[in-house]
Amino acid sequence: MRRGFLWELWRAIKSTPLSLAGLFIILALIITAIVAPYVAPYDPIATAPLERLKPPSRAHPLGTDQLGRDILSRLLFGAQISLRIAGIVALLAGVSGTIIGLLCGYFGGIVDDLLMRITDIFMAFPQLILAMAISSALGPSLENVIIAISITEWTVFARVARSRAVAIREETYVEAARAVGAGRWRILFRHVLPLSLSPIIVQLSLEMGGIIRTAASLGFLGLGAQPPTPEWGVMVTDGRRYLPGQWWVSTFPGLAIFFTVLGFNLLGDGIRDVLDPRLRRGR
Amino acid sequence: MIAYLVRRLAWMVFVLMGVMTLVFFVSRVIPADPIAAMLGGQAPPELVEKLKAKWDLDKPVIQQYIIYLYRLSQGDLGISIASGRPVMADLLHYFPATFELATAGTILSIFFGILLGVISAVKRGSFIDHVARVSALLGVSMPVFWSGLLMLLLFYYTLGWLPGGGQLPYYMSPPPRITGLVTIDSLISGQFSVFVVALKHLVLPSLVLSFFGTAAISRITRSSMLDVLREEYVTTARSKGLSEGKVVMRHALKNALLPVITVIGITYGRLLEGSVITETVFSWPGLGRYATNAFLALDFPAVVGSSMFIALLYAVINLIVDISYAYLNPKIRYH
Repeated sequence: MRRGFLWELWRAIKSTPLSLAGLFIILALIITAIVAPYVAPYDPIATAPLERLKPPSRAHPLGTDQLGRDILSRLLFGAQISLRIAGIVALLAGVSGTIIGLLCGYFGGIVDDLLMRITDIFMAFPQLILAMAISSALGPSLENVIIAISITEWTVFARVARSRAVAIREETYVEAARAVGAGRWRILFRHVLPLSLSPIIVQLSLEMGGIIRTAASLGFLGLGAQPPTPEWGVMVTDGRRYLPGQWWVSTFPGLAIFFTVLGFNLLGDGIRDVLDPRLRRGR
Repeated sequence: MIAYLVRRLAWMVFVLMGVMTLVFFVSRVIPADPIAAMLGGQAPPELVEKLKAKWDLDKPVIQQYIIYLYRLSQGDLGISIASGRPVMADLLHYFPATFELATAGTILSIFFGILLGVISAVKRGSFIDHVARVSALLGVSMPVFWSGLLMLLLFYYTLGWLPGGGQLPYYMSPPPRITGLVTIDSLISGQFSVFVVALKHLVLPSLVLSFFGTAAISRITRSSMLDVLREEYVTTARSKGLSEGKVVMRHALKNALLPVITVIGITYGRLLEGSVITETVFSWPGLGRYATNAFLALDFPAVVGSSMFIALLYAVINLIVDISYAYLNPKIRYH
């Protein structure tokens, strides 16, 4: 990627207050995830029956859940889980989707047709439900949530990468590179890939919020991370039974999911506005 | 147009087969054992073997797949392991509740979405515009299960204005099943008191479901309206001396709606997804809850059947969107 890219991105994000807010939320989340083990006042998993369902107080700023676990501590550790899910899915689905899409778009032919039809099937189906099916089949767990969401997510990147590769394949400088004897792999990785990166990054940043929401939804339905994991969706489910009297048990983890998704959405919109030249011209 | 429809329908069949194959193999390559899950650990081995044979789980996966295909060709989706009833009957039984919920949610999203979008565009940069845009952002980011719980906390537990879940209270007998939609059936059979209660039960879940759609529709309506309001024919309409209301409603909105239709279609599809969660939160006896329970219990026939059914709904919605496109925009011709 060219020098000054990050600087340009930062300048653009800085100029719109909403994407700046998104950036701050995400930075706060990352810092939270890093410092969680050092600042969390309690063990996120150890139960304390005598402390169960205590309202927010000085000892437990966000209260305790039905097993007496400190909700603040669980939320802090939950940040690690959400980021880990989003990060690994982005990596798995982003890299595999990009490679598949580039190969299809650049080489074309029957494999391209076949793979694109497969992505059509994936896209003809609600993502959450496919992830539910895969996760239940593999056996609900944190790792399998990551696998399930990656399987539903790679098609998005394959489509974007393919459409870029098809467009770039016909460009004159690719023609020129071919004429001077550059091999197809060299063209693919030195010319096509770098030029495809920005729409893929845009797509990635737009998908992050959705990935986190899907993971939390799976946790909520019992098809994702399993108790006692301090995953936010699981925590919301835990609190459902205690909603009328002990509102804090599911409200705070829900708020954490909401802010995280909001942060990624705001930041994603900002990054799209910078990197998507079509939109920039429209402004 | 007919050739186009035939092609689309053929494609739909292909997609459904793809979804079926995908879910079928994903759900069977795993070590998990639905029979053991159903019976618990202490079941006698003979019984386990017998039940496995009943659901063909003792045969190789490929053979199971061929048997499934054969039965599918006769409209048979198999017997649910959990309920013991034919999956097709279960799906048809639970579908109307989901249809009712998703349709109510869509109507609310269309109404609020277009209203907010038009106001935002006409009063661009005003306070209302900012409020509408920020709430659209919040609507997209709010996880359905959490907004559902918050609404329950407020309107059911705290204020007591609306019921807490289900389609009707347990003491009220449902109207005779005609369409399967409780609100419509109670109207047809003239039970107005049941209708009012059913409507009250519908308010919270459909409202929660509509948040996402409202956000998406208001965003696209706003930007589409802004484009249209710059067009020359809008200026012409204004210069003819038409009232601003007429210009906005008759000339601008009508033309701005085209991209909105696509988003409405996408929204309806998303609502099917959202209804899975909403139905769990509000104990709504629909397809989403049926599918979730099937997934949780590893009820293979129900898992594959409900996945296909949902994919079918999704495909039909997309088809309707594309056709309504041609209807609304005579410039588009399908070949």
